[in-house]
Amino acid sequence: MRRPLPAWVDISIMPLINIAAAFVVAGIIIALIGENPLTALSIMVKGAFVYKGALGYTLYYTTNFIFTGLAVAVAFHAMLFNIGGEGQAMIGGLGIGFVVLSLDPILPPLLVVLLAIPVAAIFGALWGIIPGWLQARRGSHIVITTIMFNFIASSIMVWLLAGMLMAPGQMSPETRHFAEGVNLAQIHHIANALGWPMARSPLNLSFGIAIIALVAVWVLIWRTRLGYIIRATGHSEKAVIYAGHDPARIIIITMAISGGLAGLMALNEILGVQERVILNFTSGYGFTGIAVALMGRNHPFGILLASLLFGALYQGGAELDFEFQTITREMVLMIQGLIILFSGALALMFVPTAERIYGLFSAHETSASDPSKLGKDRQDG
Amino acid sequence: MTGTPSLAKSRPDLPFAITMSGICKRFGSVQANDAIDLNIASGDIHGIVGENGAGKSTLVSILYGFYTADSGQIKISGTPYTNNSPADSIAAGIGMVHQHFMLVPNFTVLENIILGHENDRNLTRSMEQARHMLMNLANQYGLDVNLDAEVGDLPVSLQQRVEILKALYRNAKILILDEPTGVLTPQETEQLFDILRSLKQQGVTILLITHKLREIMAVTDCVSVMRGGRMIAHLDTAKTTPEELAELMVGRPVQVQKQWHQTQTGAVVVKVENIHLSNADNQNLLSDISFTVHAGEIVGVAGVAGNGQSELLNILAGITAPSAGAITYHGHCITAEAPANAQTIKALGVAHVPEDRHASGIVLPFTAAENAALGYEDNVSHGYKNMFISPQQLNARCANLMQEFDVRPPHPDLKSSLFSGGNQQKLVLAREMSASPSVLLVGQPTRGVDIGAIEFIHQQLINMRDSGCAIILVSVELDEIMSLSDRIMVMNNGQIMGMVNRSDANVKDIGLLMAGVQ
Repeated sequence: MRRPLPAWVDISIMPLINIAAAFVVAGIIIALIGENPLTALSIMVKGAFVYKGALGYTLYYTTNFIFTGLAVAVAFHAMLFNIGGEGQAMIGGLGIGFVVLSLDPILPPLLVVLLAIPVAAIFGALWGIIPGWLQARRGSHIVITTIMFNFIASSIMVWLLAGMLMAPGQMSPETRHFAEGVNLAQIHHIANALGWPMARSPLNLSFGIAIIALVAVWVLIWRTRLGYIIRATGHSEKAVIYAGHDPARIIIITMAISGGLAGLMALNEILGVQERVILNFTSGYGFTGIAVALMGRNHPFGILLASLLFGALYQGGAELDFEFQTITREMVLMIQGLIILFSGALALMFVPTAERIYGLFSAHETSASDPSKLGKDRQDG
Repeated sequence: MTGTPSLAKSRPDLPFAITMSGICKRFGSVQANDAIDLNIASGDIHGIVGENGAGKSTLVSILYGFYTADSGQIKISGTPYTNNSPADSIAAGIGMVHQHFMLVPNFTVLENIILGHENDRNLTRSMEQARHMLMNLANQYGLDVNLDAEVGDLPVSLQQRVEILKALYRNAKILILDEPTGVLTPQETEQLFDILRSLKQQGVTILLITHKLREIMAVTDCVSVMRGGRMIAHLDTAKTTPEELAELMVGRPVQVQKQWHQTQTGAVVVKVENIHLSNADNQNLLSDISFTVHAGEIVGVAGVAGNGQSELLNILAGITAPSAGAITYHGHCITAEAPANAQTIKALGVAHVPEDRHASGIVLPFTAAENAALGYEDNVSHGYKNMFISPQQLNARCANLMQEFDVRPPHPDLKSSLFSGGNQQKLVLAREMSASPSVLLVGQPTRGVDIGAIEFIHQQLINMRDSGCAIILVSVELDEIMSLSDRIMVMNNGQIMGMVNRSDANVKDIGLLMAGVQ
């Protein structure tokens, strides 16, 4: 007999089972090409956490995933499927470029950075608002429009970086370097300055901003009036109209917040590492954010864990590619793909089995104090 | 009386048409049917009554083959029978008329009836064969319906006849009707009962599932009562009373019908003038609606579902803007030119218990506490511009409302979908009444609500009225309208057919007005 799983199993055990299944399948494939899966796993774990600077790299990737994962999750609470994180992040980076390139000759670096941070969010938000408005007021489906806006953003970036914004006297499509000190400090610089030796890694202050964003999104969704209405909109637009709010307005606001979070991802890449605007700095983080949000059940804490996992996969996978002749970058992508497949598309595959097992173990304690009995009235029409 | 498993058969020569013994069915942790025994004599009209969640629909779904029982046995006319699908049941001579009709609206009656039962590869030929058979059936049972009419154009009462014909065409000897009268006027209900009686004369066995005790009394030979997944009693209808049935259903004595009493009414608080509403195709959904409601008065809006009552309620609540006309609440005028949203109307002291509880009244995945604040977020928020919602306030508010309105179980952090229909409705009512409104708009307050809760909800509405609230009550349950309203407004096809004082009202006249006869 099947019994519904308690929430804690659903949130903690089931994702672990899914990840384990993905690793088992990946391990079989690695064994098939003649490598030892356990060695590969150990190198991956060491590569992500143990080697010198490894943790820094892992957290640097994690930062990207936190922003894009949160962007998807916020929209999802209003039942909006924002596929446009990629484009919104690009436009956020463009916003940083505009602020820094025009202001760094005249303003002190710190001030320029403090201006660039909100502008990244605002630009990303604007790129989210347009599809949001089209959905809310014109009924254009958000999935279609956000995908199209990724292409538009990408084209705009090429057009500007190969034209107007291209550094003078250069052939590659990127802007000039930002002025000295216009950046988000890297953590190892700060640590070394404070006297703690730390290996080099691109991890920078935007990781802190990502953590703040996690908390802010939690507060927004579960502790504010707006979050309450966003969630209500996601479940029932009719109920929102009944309560006297305009769902169209809520959709636009939600997409602004979602786009803003995606835009902040550019902080990590542009202000934290590159210190200039380059093409394709988003390299698919916006799309992976969908998997992160899915795996994290659209909850900030889940997104933190999922981002860590994906960060570790990115970094550990790079190490795997480096260590083994036979395991290429594509192989690593396949492992990531398997994890997305098992924890995303097949997320519920093991649930019926788990419910049956749970039913076996808890059959004797069902009868007396069972809250799900309250739902019995719904069985009858 | 309780626990008698079988009854004297009206025709002792025949075996029972249906024998169900020891039927059990579980859904997860819910025992929907617990060792059900049921014998239905051939040629009887047999009623099954029970509250929502008593297990009636599960039992019937097992009989019709939608579900398979976990254990137990079914015999049809004495022969053991296992059914795995509705197709098996149809083959065994069981027909079912669902609460929501299973018809293709843009097919003709004939096409609908033969759908899936074409006798011949040549459609024209099979249609002609069917036409011939159906003419005979229609004559035999008095089921007149134009076979060439498009089903979508027929009124619901005729669509129901098509469903019955469809079952008979498939040689049904046992006919199950699930809540058949929900969509009918009193006159149409009478006509349906005439058809059922004539079917009975011809030897058809009828199983009638309903929650309306009046109908059980009017048409059935025997009645079985279910409660909490168990069969509580089998009774001869002639030897029981609605009060006894209600008590068996609920498990304690209940007052089936409130006795209406006259009260003093006050000043006019709601004035509706010449409201019109047309849809995108320029069809009139509401035309020329004008009426007033006084303080301390319940105006009941009667009508068959879909005659403009829902639209009217939505306009009054600020959910839909009218195409023309004006509404005045306490002298604040809202016109088609300057419409107001639900929030503005709420601020005028108007509360609204919506018709569709699951789509509008509550957000099902939300906790009870969250739903207790829907539309009243100001009451649970704090900080700059009331930006933040405090979970403590949310829970405290909900706990208060739950205590006041006896919502069970009193757990504010339980998901709303886990409450029964009656308790969900009590929560909505509690939320709306807690604002101490001067005008209360109520739509279908007891739809999908068990008898115990109905009694409570009606009492709350009467208390509100007595404390001077003006109430507009929309309901398709004429009994409800009759027992609560001080004045009854009857609607048909988007128009007001009449406004009747309760003291002058009788069911027959109101039924005629509902049917559009003035």
